[in-house]
Amino acid sequence: MIGDSRWGIRLAHAILILGILIVAFPLYYVFIASTHAGPDIVRPPMPLTPGGRFIENYRAAFFEGAANLGGVPVWRLLLNTAIMALGIAVGKIVISITSAYAIVFFRFPGRMVFFWIIFVTLMLPVEVRILPTYKVMVDLKLIDTYTGLILPLIASATATLLFRQFFLTIPGELVEAARIDGAGPFKFFKDILLPLSKSNIAALFVILFIYGWTQYLWPLLMTNQAEMNTIVIALRKMVSFVDHGTPWHIVMVTCVLAILPPVLVVVLMQRAFVRGLVETEK
Amino acid sequence: MAEVDLKAVRKRYPNGMEAVKGVSIAIPDKALCVLVGPSGCGKSTLLRMVAGLETISEGEISIEGRVVNQVSPTDRDIAMVFQNYALYPHMKVYDNMAYGLRNRGTPKAEIDRRVREAAATLELGHLLDRRPRELSGGQRQRVAMGRAIVRQPKVFLFDEPLSNLDAKLRGQMRVEIKRLQRELGVTSLYVTHDQLEAMTLADLLVVMNAGEVEQAGDPLEIYEKPASIFVAGFIGAPPMNLIDPASAELSGPIPAGAAKLGFRPEDAILDGFASEGGLKIRAILDGVEPVGAESYLHAHAPAGGARMIVRTAGRARMEPGTELEIRAPAEKLHWFDAAGRRI
Repeated sequence: MIGDSRWGIRLAHAILILGILIVAFPLYYVFIASTHAGPDIVRPPMPLTPGGRFIENYRAAFFEGAANLGGVPVWRLLLNTAIMALGIAVGKIVISITSAYAIVFFRFPGRMVFFWIIFVTLMLPVEVRILPTYKVMVDLKLIDTYTGLILPLIASATATLLFRQFFLTIPGELVEAARIDGAGPFKFFKDILLPLSKSNIAALFVILFIYGWTQYLWPLLMTNQAEMNTIVIALRKMVSFVDHGTPWHIVMVTCVLAILPPVLVVVLMQRAFVRGLVETEK
Repeated sequence: MAEVDLKAVRKRYPNGMEAVKGVSIAIPDKALCVLVGPSGCGKSTLLRMVAGLETISEGEISIEGRVVNQVSPTDRDIAMVFQNYALYPHMKVYDNMAYGLRNRGTPKAEIDRRVREAAATLELGHLLDRRPRELSGGQRQRVAMGRAIVRQPKVFLFDEPLSNLDAKLRGQMRVEIKRLQRELGVTSLYVTHDQLEAMTLADLLVVMNAGEVEQAGDPLEIYEKPASIFVAGFIGAPPMNLIDPASAELSGPIPAGAAKLGFRPEDAILDGFASEGGLKIRAILDGVEPVGAESYLHAHAPAGGARMIVRTAGRARMEPGTELEIRAPAEKLHWFDAAGRRI
């Protein structure tokens, strides 16, 4: 076995600890920097212990924002990003679960055609269709709106396929039992299918929320006003090319605040996730 | 009076395959009708057509005098017990049983009364808060039964409900199903491939083969007078011995057109004399199967090689290779023509 010898174990630990340091150090430094005054951060040597401006920095960033971004407070950026990420995650789940329901449980003409059309869109990521999509959004006057941020990203072939695969494992007898029990299509969906898909939905929600939260290209195109920026875009805009023009302490605070919600979602949903896995049933 | 009437029912699939080829069965009120046959004989399809889960290509199915061909399963007033139980995995036992009633808008108090009553009958009272995965196979089976009972339907449909249970439990549940069905007095249609289940449960036994009814009637009558070689071989365990009349010594007249001769393992006599018109055939013993109270002797005829099984009481101590003289009385012989029909 690997790691049976004392030196093997030590080596393995050394590698793991090194890995953790490499991954964790930037995060640690972001937090440290967010507690110092702006000029202190850029003046060598780099401070490696927490400074005394935690409360001031966070209050300034959260309520006043960065001056070079027109003073949009970070809470507004967080709100924008949250609306977009939630809209995308919930929208994708709703759309994909209902389309998978239609494709798996109903026999209608062109069923396979629709399935393949959905499947083909997998091959067309946002970047490929970005120009026509942008044109449509401009024509619909959806620039600088939440709808414009969410709508083009709301359909998901991957999630549809995932739900389809899951629905295919539901035994036909269960569907028939529900029919005999007087559950119509809507009731069956609500009473049987949704509760059974719970853990799948939780898993997808985590993945899709983070996908929405970290969107870069689309919000960059869709938002002109500073108030409509998402936090990722705002971060990018805060950093100017001349070092002294960048309010580094505010940038660092914004970074910390940008990381927190996805971490929170993962930590909180992980419970539902694990419960879903433990309760796995046929 | 919930009699179920099937008139020339056919099931044809779009690919031209005919699963059920014109079946007519009349199930009297309160009777338990068992459909038995090998897999693929169309018995399950027929049951599903009565349930409304399969469309009826031709013919007519009526429940209590009402033609239900176009009626949805929900409105047929039937309850079905599935082979895999098909319990809702995320619902507690109580909710599994109550779900159908809730969907019908039954008042809450009435649902509660019926569920508890059914749970008491099936000894499920202490399991109402469990989920299906926390139950044993037998308990799940009972919940599936309970779900059917609480509905108080006109007809029970059973689709091989015992085939996922072990032999001992199957025996218990068989008795219980029979008792429940008697007590509740609900007309039932029961599908199985197990001839023992079929024989013990049925008021009306229907033997199916290749989409057609081979024989229908009282189970013992079918056992005594199988209408065809297929029925003779399917009903009864071990199956009836079938031999070529020419390979045996017969001290009586052979009916005209007889191509096969059958006798049951328990009707064979090893020693003593056959009565007038009886059969005598020489055979070589291949092996003995002691079951305890009785033994089955497996043998083959040197002439023609037909395999035979003879039942003897108690233990038979005989070496393979022993030569046997098997006799059967005339009144216990079954004659079949070349087409396999009884003469």
